[in-house]
Order: sequence, then C-alpha cells, then structure tokens
Amino acid sequence: MEDRIAAYITRTREKALEQARAVDRQIRNGEKISPLAGIPVAVKDNICTDGILTTAASRMLAGFVPPYSATVVKRLEAAGATLPGKTNLDEFAMGSSTENSAFFTTRNPWDTGRVPGGSSGGSAAAVACGEAVCALGSDTGGSIRLPASFCGVIGFKPTYGAVSRYGLIAFASSLDQIGPFSRDVTDCALLLNAICGHDPLDSTSARFDVPDFTRFLVNDIRGMKIGVPEEYMAEGINSGVREVVVKAIALLESLGASVEYTNLPHTEYALSTYYLIAPAEASSNLARYDGVRYGFRAAKTSDVMDMFMKTRSQGFGAEVKRRIMLGTYALSAGYYDAYYLKALKVRTLIKEDFDRAFEKYDLLVSPVSPTTAFRCGEKTGDPLEMYLSDICTISLNLAGIPGMSIPCGFVEGMPVGLQLMGKHFDEGTLLRAAYTFEQNSDYHRAFPVL
Amino acid sequence: MTNYETVIGLEVHVELKTRSKIFCDSTTEFGGEPNTHVCPVCLGLPGVLPVVNKTVVEYAIRAALALNCQIAGFSKFDRKNYYYPDMPKNYQISQYDLPIAGHGYLDIDVNNEVRRIGITRLHMEEDTGKLVHQGTITTTPYSLVDYNRAGVPLVEIVSGPDLRSPEEARVYMEKLKTIIQYTGVSDCKMEEGSLRCDANISIRPVGNEQFGTKTEIKNLNSFKALYRALSYEVERQTGVLNKGGRIVQETRTWDEREGVTLPLRSKEYAHDYRYFPDPDLVPMIIDPEWVEDIRRSLPELPDARRERYMQEYGLPGYDAGILTSTKELADFFESCVSAYPNPKAVSNWMMGDLSRLLNAGGVELTACKIKPAQLASLLQLMDEGIISGRIAKTVFEEMFASGKDPGDIVKEKGLVQISDKSAIMAVVEDVLAKNPKSAADFRAGKERALGFLVGQVMKTTRGKANPELVDKLLKEKLLQEKL
Ligand SMILES: [Zn+2]
Repeated sequence: MEDRIAAYITRTREKALEQARAVDRQIRNGEKISPLAGIPVAVKDNICTDGILTTAASRMLAGFVPPYSATVVKRLEAAGATLPGKTNLDEFAMGSSTENSAFFTTRNPWDTGRVPGGSSGGSAAAVACGEAVCALGSDTGGSIRLPASFCGVIGFKPTYGAVSRYGLIAFASSLDQIGPFSRDVTDCALLLNAICGHDPLDSTSARFDVPDFTRFLVNDIRGMKIGVPEEYMAEGINSGVREVVVKAIALLESLGASVEYTNLPHTEYALSTYYLIAPAEASSNLARYDGVRYGFRAAKTSDVMDMFMKTRSQGFGAEVKRRIMLGTYALSAGYYDAYYLKALKVRTLIKEDFDRAFEKYDLLVSPVSPTTAFRCGEKTGDPLEMYLSDICTISLNLAGIPGMSIPCGFVEGMPVGLQLMGKHFDEGTLLRAAYTFEQNSDYHRAFPVL
Repeated sequence: MTNYETVIGLEVHVELKTRSKIFCDSTTEFGGEPNTHVCPVCLGLPGVLPVVNKTVVEYAIRAALALNCQIAGFSKFDRKNYYYPDMPKNYQISQYDLPIAGHGYLDIDVNNEVRRIGITRLHMEEDTGKLVHQGTITTTPYSLVDYNRAGVPLVEIVSGPDLRSPEEARVYMEKLKTIIQYTGVSDCKMEEGSLRCDANISIRPVGNEQFGTKTEIKNLNSFKALYRALSYEVERQTGVLNKGGRIVQETRTWDEREGVTLPLRSKEYAHDYRYFPDPDLVPMIIDPEWVEDIRRSLPELPDARRERYMQEYGLPGYDAGILTSTKELADFFESCVSAYPNPKAVSNWMMGDLSRLLNAGGVELTACKIKPAQLASLLQLMDEGIISGRIAKTVFEEMFASGKDPGDIVKEKGLVQISDKSAIMAVVEDVLAKNPKSAADFRAGKERALGFLVGQVMKTTRGKANPELVDKLLKEKLLQEKL
C-alpha cells in the first residue's frame, strides 16, 4: 500500500510497537486506559518529534533530529496513542498538492494519478487508505481541510490559539494551527480532547476552558441557523462540486436547520491578503535555515555570506524561495505600508465579515475547494492556479476561526468536502453539525479501492 | 573660521541581570564554556517559540522610571531582520514603534551647571551570540560561534541629540550607569559588556538650528574610549568642514590603539531591517497598578540622595556627589553614620584612606573586608583617646587586610595610646638629655626643632604616646628649663 501512496517520510514501526506493548501491559494490569490508547496517530513531518527525524519535507532539514517533541506530540503520547510515522507534506507546508515535497509526491488513494491535496497530503492519504487511524496536520490556509476534502476524510482546523504551536515548524505564525484528521467525527472529537488547551510554551495559545468535545456528538441540529456565503458558491466553483454541496446543504436543512444565503463581502481580497501576510511571516521564520547550526549546509563556500546564499539557494525548493522573496519584498522599506500594513487592515475587515455573519448564524457552510483532487502535475506549472485551490479556506485562517471538512459526496468518483465554519472557540457547533450529518449519510463509510 | 557646536546623542545598551534569559529558561550567567548556557529556544531551533520573561519587563520599567520615562500602556515586540551568524534566528526580537517607555530625562552637572538630557526611548531586546575568530577577522580561516549570550535581556536607552561636548557625553554615561546601578537591574560592567554605547555625532555652525550630517561611532568600550573617540570625531569633522568638504553619513569604529575613528565598509550596515510585529508574541498591556508598585519599590536615586546628604548631613556638594556615586558607597556611608554620627569624619575617611586602599588594591567596595560598623568603632577609639590618629591609620590598613575588628587589633598589637603623663615625661626627659643641641635650638627660637624632638619621643614609644600630650610636655619642659 505504502509503495503506491507514499504517505510517510519516516516510518516508526519500532516506536509504535513499543508504545503498543506499553498499552498492552496497562490493559493486562487492569489499568484504566484512555480512549486513544494504542490508536495509531500519524504526525505531519513539520511537527517535531524527540529523537525522530523531522524534515518539513525540505532538503534544508534532511537529517534534522530534534531534541524535543512538540506539545501536541507529548499530549498524544500521554494519551497512549502510538506513532506509526511522520507524513509527507509540501515543503515547509507551502503548497496545496504535496507535490512541493523535496522528497516525493504522495498519491491520492482514490486515484493514484491524482494529488492528495496539501499541504498535509501525507496525513490525509494515510488516514484515507487505513495506514493510520488518525493523523495530525497543520493548517495555514487550508492545509488540513483541502487534503481532507480531496481524500474523503475528516479534517479539523481548530480556532487559532486552541492548540499549542510549540514544536510546529513555523510557516506563518499568525495563521498556523495544528489539527486532526480522522475517518469519523467521534475520533475527531477524541483527538481534539487530547490536543486542545493552553500551553505555557506558546504565548499565542489561549487560556480557555477546554470542553469534553465528545459531548457535542449529538444527532440533532434542529433550530441551528446556517448561513451559506454566496461568495463561496460563485463561478469558479466546479459545477459538480457545487451540486454535491447544494445537496449536502439540503440534507442539513431537512434535518431541522434553517439555511439562508448570506455575504462575506471582503472575500475577494482574501487571497491577496493571505499571499502578503503568510509569505512575510515565512520570510522571517525561514531565515534561521542558514547552514550554521543544523540541517543542510552547502559545500565549497568562500565566506559566511557565500555559505548563507549557497545553502539557501540549494536547500530550499522553488515554491519556498518564491514565497520568501514575496514576503521579503512585502516587508521592505518603502513597500511595508502599501503591502504588509494594508494586508493587516484588510485582514481585520475579513474578520469583521465573519463577526457580522455570526451575529445571525451559528454556522457557515461552503465547499472546501472549487474542485476535486486534480491530476499530478496539472497545476505545478502555474502557481496562481494552485493558489486558487485555497480560495474557500484561507479566510478562516485570516479570521482565526475554526473550520472543518467533512465528506459530503463524490464527483466522478472523487470525494468532495463540505466546509463548516464556526465562531471563535465554538468547535462544539461544528462537531454537532458534522456528527448529525454523518449519522444521516454514509459518505464517511466509503473506502478507496486500491 | 567658523565656530562649530557639537551635537551628540547616545544609544546605550544595558544588560539586565535577570536570572534567566528574555524568552527562555537558560541562565544569563556571564562566562561558561561556549554553548553551555543554551536551549532549543535561544538556539532558534525549528518549531520552538519565545515566551517573555516577566522580570525582564519589570526591570525595563524599573530602569525607565528611574530615568523619568513614561511607561507605555500598550507595547509589543517586533522582529528586526538581518543575516548574521551570531543570531540564531537571523532576526533579533526587539521593539520598534511601540517601545515599553520613552519621554524621559536625566540631569547632568557640567561645570556647575545642570543640563537636562532627554531620554527619547527605552526598549527591550535580546542580545546576540558572539563570533570567535581564529586570528583576525580578515585572515581567519573559519569562525566559531558561542550562543551563551544569545537571548540575554537588554534594554536600549536612546538619548535625545542634547549633548553638546564629549565631556557632557562622558558625564551623561557615568550618570546613567550610576542610576541604573541604583535600580539594581544591571551590574553595568563595561568590561563584561553589560554596558555598551554607540554615539551619533554631528557639528553645526554656532547659532544654526539645523543639524549637521551625523556619523555613528561604534566600539566605545570604556568612558575613556567614548571621550577620546568623540573628541577625535569633533576634530575630524571640523577639519573636513573647514577645508570645504562634506561629512559623509556613515558608521565608524573607534580604533583604540591608533586613537582614530575609521569608516566601516558601508555595505555592512546598509540594512533594511524589515521590522514587523513578532507574531509569536502577543502585545503587552501594562497594568498601571503594576507600574506604581514598581515605582514605589525604587530606592532613593542619586540626585535625591546627594541633595539629602547636603541638607541632612551638612556635607559639601563635592563629598555628597562622590559618596552617592554608587549605591554601595552611599549605603556604606549611611550605615557607618548611623553608628558614628559625625558625617564629615566618616566622609573624610571614606574619601581618603578607604578609597586610596580600594584603588591601590583594585578592590570593589562590595568585596572590601572592612564593614561600616568597624570603621565606626575605629573612629570611636580615636574619639575616646584610646588610639591616636596616626595609629588609627595603621589599624585601618590592618583592618583592610584582615577584616579584623579595630579593638582586637589595638589589643593584640598593644597599640593603646600612652596618656600617662609621668610615663611620657620620663621619655621626654630622656630625649632632651640625648638631644641637647635640638633643645638649645628650640630655646634659641628655632620652632622647627620641636618637630624633631616630638618625633624622637614618638619613635621611642613606637607611636603610642598621645601626640598632644607629648607636644604639651615637651614645650613645658623646654620652657621650664629656659627660665
Ligand atoms: Zn535558552
């Protein structure tokens, strides 16, 4: 299976067995075990694991073994989950297809000629084909939701600040958020229980009362007020996808929710705002990869500046370099106000769009992506075309709100994801709607035939 | 020829002596084997995040309040981006447009005139590591990096362009050091780099409002270097303008050995730092109550203390200034005066013998073996006539060397003053008998001969004879015999 899907950069069979044996011992001793005990949860390879290779799918970090684990990894270990391996991604999580991995491309289990989506493509594919029960990914502009949608699994991006970023190799710090992949909503809630909560090691992690997310697993959305942003259903959305999504919305309505079309007027600026803020932060976050302390260092350099330049030009892939240059430019003297500062202002407007919408609605729904999984190589030549895959997902990162992709149907045999969007720290409403949808449909039971 | 006025502004970096670094738990201790005071956070490893050390913010506010600054209600950290191998992240976390404090001032005394120097801003930032070159910077085949200092908290204190001479700059720097030391937030050791200074300097024709083109001088590692480099630069700029030339805006470095400032290659400093708010750190909302708590906890600062010494103790301004120049000295003085309430006498001993011995031995007051109470009891012994002033100086040196109580030293060495009239008279008679010529000289009106005779008596008693008594008895005897 792995030969055909290539979901993992590193497999940690021994570690997983060792962890599983520990759980076995607990069971034999009659100890109380957590719901995640012994469950294989794959981890995206931009999340640090103590003593285990962590590459962010970059040549730059080939051979990097961190001496610490991300907070989420520690929490999963504490809950007894096992680690089957580290999954593939677009280099430094920059991409929408996993084709930007410096090592290899992961394949979509529903059609190995197609991409799994990205950047957390390895995690989504591993869960879709059963190589892991659950997985962790990271989402900066849709990197959990898009591959979940393309691979027909559940992907959840929590509210910014709900999950610690400590140990997540930063792409864009104000947008990055770790979240789970799973095959059903129940597992998703269990994973959220494990990973959410304040972390003193992350200043941006919120102090909030973490609920038991399983209490939102209720098959009832009667009276729930759902808004459908027209901008997310406009032209550009593939007609097959739109049809599937409209049907899914109709199902929600038939289950007792009230549905209305609404507007998020600043949506058209989201993509350009995102492509200023994210690269700006990335240009600074990725400055540390210079060959001095760890990771890749170019050979045959004449002095320290030469070493920096050769290391970075050889160590980073094309998309990463493109975004570093974009971000450096956006922050440069003379351009800062026109680009970066302006983007921050528009970001506020986008956030206010959502605030206004959530005065009227409990939940917003939309497609996750304008299309289903595209063919490998189809969009690699045109970065702008690739960026458009995230058109429905990036606004949520800009606003910091939670978003979820749930399987809601197929177009020509390829899965379609329905995006649920909620208020800050209102993960519960998303889970309730997703659970109700799941209990009244069977899309999540479909399994790719390989 | 045009007369020029000098305009100087200083940017001073002060290392805060918190126990741990600004964004992690690593120790700030000075020294240590290279790369032993580090952790993943201050090494900037992938995925790690900074968390602000609250004590750093508190210390920054403390320093700012002592410099009469206003504390911001809202402040944030920014990233200053540039590539240099001593920076683990290739950006420095600093503060850009919303520093923790600003709009302060500091008063300096120059030629008996008080000058108020503005403090434009005070902000927090992290220190960088250190490059260790093999040989000189230009010939080194490779360099090593020590990140022990990376992440050590600093405050940068920027003065207004208010200083008008190298002397004023030196006095400002000394005063700043004194005030910061008083607040207890830094050792301000220039030799360990916990106090560093860069200077901006320009000159303009006297009467001109507009500033001249400035140069920035780096590598000013001592008060002397600051003074000499600025003096050199005034001369250099004056020379350039007098020859009809133009000042080039540039960064120059002070070459201590040659005594000149030299331009740094401009490329090295032509940075666009691309400042932007650090998304890993949330903005700080500073609680005014907290600021007031910190204000209340500040010690009496040097200016106020000096004033009090003049009023309360009646000390001359000069004495008061020196005694309050460090908190340790002033604390020592007050502790001594509380046990021996003669401020002028204490002041004389501290500014005289104590400071002489400290300087000669290169000893810091904090490491001095003499405790304030011991100096007080020495003075007491003199007042009570148990030892003479001359013996007191010997005892003081012994105290300085051993840390013993003056009473014990006097006892052990048998230094108690001889005030027994008949015992001294016996010696006096003996000396006069042995030195008839000197006695005759005195009687013939040569007053100076008396000094010799006193000396002989003191010598015979090994200094222990009460000098006043010796004087009195000698005169008595000589005059008696004259009659
Ligand atoms: Zn550290």
